Amino acid sequence: MALVIFVILSVLCAGAVVAMIVSRNQAHSALFLVLAFSSLGGIFGLLDAPFAAAVQVLVYAGAIMVLFLFAIMMFNLRQPAPPERKRLRAVLGTGLALILFAQLLLAGRRALAGGSPPGAAASGGDIAHLGRLLFSDYLYAFEITSLLILAALVGALALAGKREGE
Amino acid sequence: MIPPAAFLVLAALLFILGIVAFFVKKDLLTQFMAVEVMLNAGNLAFLALAKALGKADGQMVVLFVITVAAAEAVIGLAIIVLIFRQRKSIRTDDLKDLKG
Repeated sequence: MALVIFVILSVLCAGAVVAMIVSRNQAHSALFLVLAFSSLGGIFGLLDAPFAAAVQVLVYAGAIMVLFLFAIMMFNLRQPAPPERKRLRAVLGTGLALILFAQLLLAGRRALAGGSPPGAAASGGDIAHLGRLLFSDYLYAFEITSLLILAALVGALALAGKREGE
Repeated sequence: MIPPAAFLVLAALLFILGIVAFFVKKDLLTQFMAVEVMLNAGNLAFLALAKALGKADGQMVVLFVITVAAAEAVIGLAIIVLIFRQRKSIRTDDLKDLKG
């Protein structure tokens, strides 16, 4: 049953990303990405990570992609992008990507070759455990992240908040 | 029971799809979306290995990656908005000032 769900979600996810590449309309691309990220959230749920799944759907499919859609509306690009002329770049990029794909597969096989250690599948999706980790082992990272978000907020206002005439 | 290798293959596939999108597309916004796809592929690999190894640290890394991705999206979009205000275009073909 889980395998069927996984296959459906992964086909949906990869297909949505391919559709995003093929689509010439930026708004359509963003909406395809919302679909891809939502199905990826389902896959996260299959991996015993319910909190990551919820955050994926809320923050990625929700907040970040809505931000992209707002930006697309701001640009107000009425004319669709003209067809790409240089095929060389696409061919080169695809070739390089395929080589990288083979390398990643090899690396993944070697990473999994060691087998899972004893005690695997314990403390998987326990959110209380996650919270305890967040405020003990990862406390500094957590605090620095809050500072980073504040810096991003102020930086975005400083960059894009100016009026035209200034 | 789904083997962890299946998740890693999907992560690799998503990552190279992001790279292809980055190379094929020629406007800054869609290229930025391609970067988000690659970040998500990394997240998927982290979660797959976190489950395979039975540790929660992978999930913590994913939480931080998502947070940093949100901050990065805000700054990146602000920069793209600035470029569009100055150039009235976000096509990379129109941004070739550094080319000699």
